[in-house]
Amino acid sequence: MNGSNVRRELKIDSATVVLGIETSCDETAAALVMGGNDVLSSVVASQLDVHARFGGVVPEIASRAHLEAITPVIDQAVAKSGLSFERVDAVAATVGPGLVGALLVGVAAAKSLALTLDVPFVGVNHLEAHLYAAMLDDPNVEFPMLVLLVSGGNTMLVEVRKPGVYQIVGQTRDDAAGEAFDKVARFLDLGYPGGPAIDALAKTGDAKAIDFPRAMLNDGLDVSFSGLKTAVINYVRKNSGAKTKDIVASFQRAVVDVLVAKTMRAAENLGARTVALGGGVAANSLLRSETARACEQKDFHLVLPSLAMCTDNAAMIASAGWHRLQLTGESTLDAGVYPNLGLSVANL
Amino acid sequence: MIILAIDTSTDAVSVAVNNSKQLLASAHVTSDRRHAELLAPMISSVCAQADISMREIDVMAVDIGPGLFTGMRVGIASAKTIAQVLDVPVVGVSSLDILARSVTTTQRVVLSTIDARRGELYWAMYRNDIGSSIEVKPPRVGSVSDCVVEIIDRGQEALIVGNGALRYRQQLSEMLETTGLSIEWASEQLAQPSAAVLALIAAELALVEQWQTATELQALYLRAPDAEINWATRVNS
Ligand SMILES: [Zn+2]
Repeated sequence: MNGSNVRRELKIDSATVVLGIETSCDETAAALVMGGNDVLSSVVASQLDVHARFGGVVPEIASRAHLEAITPVIDQAVAKSGLSFERVDAVAATVGPGLVGALLVGVAAAKSLALTLDVPFVGVNHLEAHLYAAMLDDPNVEFPMLVLLVSGGNTMLVEVRKPGVYQIVGQTRDDAAGEAFDKVARFLDLGYPGGPAIDALAKTGDAKAIDFPRAMLNDGLDVSFSGLKTAVINYVRKNSGAKTKDIVASFQRAVVDVLVAKTMRAAENLGARTVALGGGVAANSLLRSETARACEQKDFHLVLPSLAMCTDNAAMIASAGWHRLQLTGESTLDAGVYPNLGLSVANL
Repeated sequence: MIILAIDTSTDAVSVAVNNSKQLLASAHVTSDRRHAELLAPMISSVCAQADISMREIDVMAVDIGPGLFTGMRVGIASAKTIAQVLDVPVVGVSSLDILARSVTTTQRVVLSTIDARRGELYWAMYRNDIGSSIEVKPPRVGSVSDCVVEIIDRGQEALIVGNGALRYRQQLSEMLETTGLSIEWASEQLAQPSAAVLALIAAELALVEQWQTATELQALYLRAPDAEINWATRVNS
């Protein structure tokens, strides 16, 4: 290392290496991505174990775990990429939405990296990054693309006309889909997180056993899951003999029916060439198979991200950072975090 | 040996650079919890003022707490990452040690305090010995009356420093009045730990390689997360 303080000139192109950092919730992640879509390394340290006994993510515990994991996770991401810190051209970090204390750990690390290496720092919207995650597994997607983004915190339908140009066309009016899974799982004592537990148990149950409501099925592009959650709870209270596997299979079927119907309607409205799933709930096996079947019928090209790209990771942050650098340039080092950031605010 | 010191454990952000002999530059801003916004630009400007580049840093120093959880994590994450990229060691010093070191001329026992909110404070006790301070009671968290009990147990004239004393000064004064112990209060200007003092301590510790790697360095919280406290209460009852 030398003492030069002169920033090398930055061209954002296919050789540009962005180091991404993600700490918005309960995964500490770092990744190196070249040219916006070539994932050189992607390391995720999950905190699932430390939160499981509390039945949900505890913000202070998450922040502490991020601080402990951040250095080894960055170390591993650099080591696995086969490159050195010197080859990093820019540093991207999630600035929102998310838990404020958790976001701050990643942003502090990212700014320090950028400052020490004398390269640009760029703040990334976590939701926008989820849109790029689909493209990381399939870089040749054709636009326009309709993305169903479903996680513990979000359920939205997003039209992507090209990178950086998108709009939300539908979203949940109450609970996110993942939240509904977690709440039903908690009510039925299936553990945390609820999604994988319900997915596994539903495979053994009868999805036609109980006719749970499909709210707003034929009405616009918004969704609502709180009524369904209440219907499940009421059903269980009235039918103590009902089999849990049938209840969860029927519940899951109702969620997936609504999500797939809305996704297809939105894709038809848009004249989409591509349909993509993103977010943790996109790992749900029934949602994946039913979306695939519907896309085949309607002849949409479907991008189903790998499970690693559905859940929170830093490769999607690095990718979004690369696009942001190209579209709007770097962020300043006095940038803050935005716990309630929405998808429309992409120009940070 | 160039040392960059960072302190974000209270509502101030403090940055300093020394060359292990003298202070080269420093800045101290009361931040109103804007640690993350202020810190990186302050590091940049303090280094520029000291006329050093980041790559010349030989040792990182950071206040590891106790203090504001979110604030101190911003400083610790930054110090860890700078040390990691530069492949240099990092010296972690407690906020209470830093405060004690700012009052090394007194013959009294020094009570270092940091506001822990919820009617509590973090504190530790020190005595001075030829310009350096030696811990005589380890750091802990507790109520104002817990703290007073320790002062009375010590039975010595005391100098109280730090923003914990500032916050609970009236309560502390009232409780200590009846004991007849002579209490002195440090200047309000010393209420927050300073990176300049931290850099001085770090220079001494670095001489004897009392340092850690970026990965090893840990925060000193002294208080468990609420969820764990509640969990333990539930399990025990
Ligand atoms: Zn996410």
